Amino acid sequence: MPPTVEFCPRFLTNRKIDLSLFLWSDQKSSDRSCSSLGEDAKLILKGVMALPVPAKGLRVALFATCINDLMFPSTPKAVVKLLERLGCIVDFPTEQTCCGQMFTNTGYFDAGLASVKTYVKAFEPYEYIVGPSGSCVGAIRHQSVMLAEKAGDTALAAKAAKCVEHSYDLSEFLVDVLGLVDVGAFFPHKVTYHPTCHSTRIAKVGERPYQLLRAVRGLDLIELPDASTCCGFGGTFSIKNPEVSAAMAADKARNVVSTGAEYVVTGDNACLMNIGGVLHRNNTGVRPIHLAEILAHQEGDAA
Amino acid sequence: MTINLSISPRRTPAPPPGTIGIGQPEPVASPAFRENAKRQLQNTQMRKNLRHATTTIRNKRLLRVAEVPNWEEVRSAGAALKDRIGRHLDKYLAQAEENLTKAGAHVHWARDAEEANRIITGIVKSKGVDEVVKIKSMVTQEIEMNEALEAAGIAAWETDLAELIVQLGHDRPSHILVPAIHRNREEVREIFNKEMGQYGTPPPDKMSNDPPILAGAARRHLREKFLRAKVGISGSNMVICDTGTVCIVESEGNGRMCLTLPETLISVVGVEKVIPTFDDLEVFMKLLPRSSTAERMNPYTSMWTGTTDGDGPQELHVVFVDNGRTNALADPEGRSALRCIRCSACMNICPIFERVGGHAYGSVYPGPIGIILTPQMRGINSAIDKSLPYASTLCCACADACPVKIPIPDIIVHLRNKIADKKKHDMHPHLEPTVMVPVNWMFNSAKHFEFVQKAVSFAAGTALKNTDYLGPMPWPASPWTRARDIPAPPAESFRQWWKKNRGGRR
Ligand code: SF4
Repeated sequence: MPPTVEFCPRFLTNRKIDLSLFLWSDQKSSDRSCSSLGEDAKLILKGVMALPVPAKGLRVALFATCINDLMFPSTPKAVVKLLERLGCIVDFPTEQTCCGQMFTNTGYFDAGLASVKTYVKAFEPYEYIVGPSGSCVGAIRHQSVMLAEKAGDTALAAKAAKCVEHSYDLSEFLVDVLGLVDVGAFFPHKVTYHPTCHSTRIAKVGERPYQLLRAVRGLDLIELPDASTCCGFGGTFSIKNPEVSAAMAADKARNVVSTGAEYVVTGDNACLMNIGGVLHRNNTGVRPIHLAEILAHQEGDAA
Repeated sequence: MTINLSISPRRTPAPPPGTIGIGQPEPVASPAFRENAKRQLQNTQMRKNLRHATTTIRNKRLLRVAEVPNWEEVRSAGAALKDRIGRHLDKYLAQAEENLTKAGAHVHWARDAEEANRIITGIVKSKGVDEVVKIKSMVTQEIEMNEALEAAGIAAWETDLAELIVQLGHDRPSHILVPAIHRNREEVREIFNKEMGQYGTPPPDKMSNDPPILAGAARRHLREKFLRAKVGISGSNMVICDTGTVCIVESEGNGRMCLTLPETLISVVGVEKVIPTFDDLEVFMKLLPRSSTAERMNPYTSMWTGTTDGDGPQELHVVFVDNGRTNALADPEGRSALRCIRCSACMNICPIFERVGGHAYGSVYPGPIGIILTPQMRGINSAIDKSLPYASTLCCACADACPVKIPIPDIIVHLRNKIADKKKHDMHPHLEPTVMVPVNWMFNSAKHFEFVQKAVSFAAGTALKNTDYLGPMPWPASPWTRARDIPAPPAESFRQWWKKNRGGRR
């Protein structure tokens, strides 16, 4: 179905003026900031201010991911809350299951392919497919076409390639498609961010999560030492080589604790489950939280 | 360590028992990676040494790489060149042989380790000597040449400082560039004090563990060997096809000694080491030093084309070795592993290598390149070779660092697929493919997934009620929960919530 876009905020990012602030603050604060802008920007703003929400009517298909669906429903719920707040119409195509990477990366390509089929079936009609996981979106991007081609299914490969083009990690969708950095979130806590391996090196979300976090009101972002090193999860690696995995997770947890943060945040709940599991076992008091849940959080929400 | 005393006494310090070479007649006796790694993780000293060494070199590499504005283009050029060499290997090898021979070198061909060792031993014996000096070389370790020479009564003396530490320490290299990376200077001092005197010039009395003092002791120890040796053995970083030139890139200058002092020089070269033209050197000379030692340029680059009357070795042998390389070349998805220029950037950046060290891999090639190259060259039959492709979290740091853009994680996944397929078709059943059947069922349709969710929610709402986290649990959860807690599943999955709250909508 064609998305009903009344207003495409992508043009805002092209102008290199960060207008996201106005999109998301209440009328009063926008007025205040407005006075500091040039005439040109004011003109653009005029159009924007007329709209109650930046992404009004934009239809988005939520790719919850299997682990979130089953184990961490608060994350996809937060995505729904956030995207609806931003004006999107959120669909949850129920044919979806999983990206298939746990099979593919363990060597079971046929099983991985079955998941790719469910993905294509669920998301083929959509222009915007958004998942709160750099790893799962990365797997779709990097492996779905390969699996279909290896199985000799060229029709599926073509469909998967189309889905790949329209699949976004949440941070990419917010920053690149909606052109937002400030999503109107409030989270008055000390947090440290672990850039998960697949989100940085496969999905390549880059600076986006940091940009989003820096724009959250009240949030104190503390740099994580040795941030780019893997947390040791690695899917089935954590079961096949549990000792090495635990050694890596312990080092990651130690670095998290050293920051003095109250929360460790990532864009991938699998890695977070690994780091959070060590933090919990050792009674560190540092809590794991997904990026989406911070971005959905506003004044008045329960902590 | 066991030394078999029933045969004639050894000439050189014995390495630990077992073989880690590639192409040895006996299957590799090393246990799987997990057991090796478990043992290595307990070595606090090694982990400290490794963390320090890899962190230093990692950061330095980033600095050196950042200085090259077109680094990505040079990487792509290196990858493209190596791919071309692979595609036309037959042609390039024939051209190399022709031009090497024209320049006066003797060219030999070895299908495997055994053939290579036979050729090398034959040449050394024909010179009537019982010792050789050696430049650090991966391929001679791969074919376990030192032990083959030892068996023929010939002593092969390592002259690279780190290789000397390893050899005198009855040890094995743990890194392809810094073989003694697992040792610190105090350990080096002990090894020198204990062993040096038994094999030549002893160290000075009351030697301190100051690196220049240790290096001085090694220099004196090696000097008599350099001056005495009639045969030198080297590997090669590159053999240039259009000129018939052999090239060695090194840091210490011991290589230069081995290349110039002996009367006979034997260079052992993996078949993938040929490069088409002299101009192509430019690309690799830019990629290699910055990626390996994190230097702008390495201290010594030696090139020689044939022999020169009255200057340097008068007889030059080049032994081209296949030893499983063509197995890798035959696999379209695995062959890019042959682009490797042995810079070691992938292992320096690897978080697993940093924690377990090179010995855990049971292969002369450890780290990310080892886990994709060794199983391709040696096959996926032994316990260790089958386990190597799983020694990765697929964090992809290696692929970003590799100067010739080898898609290491993709090849890992490809090899895991080969192993999984083999398990499925094995005569005796394996646990993993069996487990995969129900798990696959769970995800191959949303209906199945919903069914499982209902069961999980039921458990969460009853048995696990009031539980946030689960602690240590029995198998199969034990590998995970031994080190970390696991959150209890929620009583309501997202799908169930959606149905309730957004019911009617997709
Ligand atoms: S695989 Fe790449 S990074 Fe690793 S040693 Fe070879 S060339 Fe260097």
